[in-house]
Amino acid sequence: MINIRVQPEDFDPGVEIAALHTARTDIGAVASFTGLVRSDGKLESMTLEHYPAMTMRALREIADVAENRWPLHGGTIIHRHGRLLPGARIVLVAVASAHRVAAFDACAYLMDWLKTRAPFWKLEQTADTRRWVDAKTEDDIATDRWRQE
Amino acid sequence: MLQLLYFAWVREQMGRDGEQILIPDGVSTVAGLLNWLSGRGDTVFSNTGRLRVAVNQTFANLDAPIASGDEIAIFPPVTGG
Repeated sequence: MINIRVQPEDFDPGVEIAALHTARTDIGAVASFTGLVRSDGKLESMTLEHYPAMTMRALREIADVAENRWPLHGGTIIHRHGRLLPGARIVLVAVASAHRVAAFDACAYLMDWLKTRAPFWKLEQTADTRRWVDAKTEDDIATDRWRQE
Repeated sequence: MLQLLYFAWVREQMGRDGEQILIPDGVSTVAGLLNWLSGRGDTVFSNTGRLRVAVNQTFANLDAPIASGDEIAIFPPVTGG
């Protein structure tokens, strides 16, 4: 079962990863991705807006597909919302499996789909500008690569 | 009634996060609704290629049907992660 949390609070990736395999002996691999607020030097903050009534449903659908596609032994998705500062953690995806290939692939799959299907929007603010981040074509292409098989 | 919800720059350009409207005469799809909203003078809805729509919290295509009681969210392509 992949646990999903959408919250303004920060999280500790080490604690979350350890929680997936502590007291278990059937897990051989945990793969994780942590997304961070990157600054070009001018960025003062990034605010993440979301659509609460849809967010959990969209993430659950994505997680269910991953769980049907790979032999996972649990996982965690955490996505923050609200105003975040440069360097802050935005998102964590961590998945556990018996072997590394399933863990790596499921982790990449979840991130690719999350970026194109979960209803979040990023607003970047500098000292004198504010700009809604544009969606990237590369993200759609990254998602499409999972459709073929 | 339709419950409309706006997010990100759609919300900002509309100056509100949503509204309730009666289904306009002759409107039965997402595309029809966007066309009606645009015709009302809200040009943020004119360029449908820049917009995404969810009907009852699920992504919907332009030709998706809409019915009274639906929650219809209109927003830019998502940029989370």
